[in-house]
Amino acid sequence: MDPARLIRKSTTEWWLEPHGAMRVPGVLFADEELIREMDDQVLDQMAGVACLPGIVQASFAMPDAHRGYGFPIGGVAAFDADAGGVVSAGGVGFDISCGVRTALTKQPADEIRPRLERLADLLLARIPAGVGSRGPLRLGHGELEAMLTDGAAWAVRCGYGTARELERIEGRGVAADADPAQVSPQAKSRQAEEMGTLGSGNHYLEVQEIVELYDAPLAALYGLRVGEVAVSIHCGSRGLGHQVATDYSRRMVAAAARHGIALPDRELACAPICSEEGQAYLGAMNAAINCALANRQILLELVRRAWRELFRGVDLELLYDVSHNTCRLEDVTLDGQPRAFYIHRKGATRAFGPGHPDLPPELRAAGQPVLIGGTMGTSSYIMAGTAESAGRAWSSACHGAGRTMSRTQASRQWQGRAVMDDLARHGILIRTRSFRGLAEEAPGSYKDVDRVVAATAAAGLARKVARLVPLACVKG
Amino acid sequence: MMDAWEHFSHPADVGVRGWGLTKAAAFAQCALALTALIADPAVIAPRLAVSLACEADHDEALLVNWLSALICEMSVRNMLFSRFEVEINDGRLNATAWGEPVDPPRHQPAVEVKGATYHALRVGRLDDGRWLAQCVVDV
Repeated sequence: MDPARLIRKSTTEWWLEPHGAMRVPGVLFADEELIREMDDQVLDQMAGVACLPGIVQASFAMPDAHRGYGFPIGGVAAFDADAGGVVSAGGVGFDISCGVRTALTKQPADEIRPRLERLADLLLARIPAGVGSRGPLRLGHGELEAMLTDGAAWAVRCGYGTARELERIEGRGVAADADPAQVSPQAKSRQAEEMGTLGSGNHYLEVQEIVELYDAPLAALYGLRVGEVAVSIHCGSRGLGHQVATDYSRRMVAAAARHGIALPDRELACAPICSEEGQAYLGAMNAAINCALANRQILLELVRRAWRELFRGVDLELLYDVSHNTCRLEDVTLDGQPRAFYIHRKGATRAFGPGHPDLPPELRAAGQPVLIGGTMGTSSYIMAGTAESAGRAWSSACHGAGRTMSRTQASRQWQGRAVMDDLARHGILIRTRSFRGLAEEAPGSYKDVDRVVAATAAAGLARKVARLVPLACVKG
Repeated sequence: MMDAWEHFSHPADVGVRGWGLTKAAAFAQCALALTALIADPAVIAPRLAVSLACEADHDEALLVNWLSALICEMSVRNMLFSRFEVEINDGRLNATAWGEPVDPPRHQPAVEVKGATYHALRVGRLDDGRWLAQCVVDV
């Protein structure tokens, strides 16, 4: 993309002035080089979101933005229900509440390294991953309803993890206002055997070493020490969330027409928040969020049990769990006034600053951990929400590296086995059930995560706390 | 080749495209392209039949609904499909899909498909008389 299409407000803030049917400007947070690498359609999609009724302030995009459909991946937009604001299934995406959770082992990497091969094999054996995998639970109707209502708290009741961990999950592990009755029978049947599964594609389970700290006081508050091992899980709401998105995308195409909403793109299909369709989607989406939170809660416990087979007495303490595909009603301040807006984040991470009431007491002074996944060959980052982020993009930050090459191109360019061997030469063990899937996820098909994180920090969206590198990665 | 399929590029996801002498044949080829994203259709034995039906008030929505129905069946039944017979009459699609349960070591499935999108969605007749059906799917 040519940066000349934008007005430069600072090195990391670029504006797209309203034109045509845009109700608000577009604001892109990125440096010039990241912008040059971006697809032109990112701007078109930001502009499309800016045309939707009830959008507040701006249509934002994060430094890892890339072309999605309807909303850009990396897009953030707030809507005011009282001003005819809308909710969009496409604005949340297919993988509702896809997110990252990171747990800390407190073990030195040097203690893990000699047994890394065994650990990687064990994790592949114990964690259901990839197409066709089935989880450890078979949910009947009653259990499914309870899971969709209570999220990670339901998983704790089933023996996966502890109640103390719920404090370390966005929204304390439960999305309120979930309405399982708005989730279709097809969506529920897709999930009956998928609880506790990792999925495929860009989802992963990674054993990481903390290699660099940028902010010692924050790192201490988060419990991060150089040389120690962490585990990160990236996945979402599995088949249930995919089906909720499918069902409501279809329903919202019709709803938008019925409510007289002009759509620049069908993928922007939406419904007024206060409409029957809007409320039904929010009930179903919150149920899908609970599904994702429960799924990651189960997965961490499966990892913990596998870990203890090799390392007796070691605990995996949850640092935090945060989603990056959601629409949430959040209390914000606009022009000095307290307001509540529905904030869509599609491929963007919530990043509450210090003092936010959603944070547990021990993290409140630090701000929310913002977990940024890299690729299986590059760094991941732990960042922290900032006070100024609230006034920049509704307390939002980037979510990962962001793709720069299509899957078809990646699978033509790389062989899965060669990718695995190359990473092994760099000391990173990959375990997968599909070499073809591995080729599509080759690190070279992603943007430079270091640059994305640097731009996120420079833009004041979140601050850098620590950098982690992969030791072993299980891919679906 | 009158009936054929291919994949096309999208930065984050991937497109599926089918051609056929009839609209129904193009829809069947598009389904084959969908399967080929996950695994090589040649290694999926068409030994179990599943019936599917869907409807829509126009062809493009029907394609999204057809691929969505297949994605749902693959997920619920834990199956992959390699042969399709499709009939379309007045906006209603009836189909039989043949396949078998997922066998990861043999099928080497690469990726789950999450859903069919309205992006790059097109159903229509080409100048050479063949039908084209295509859209981007989320993986």
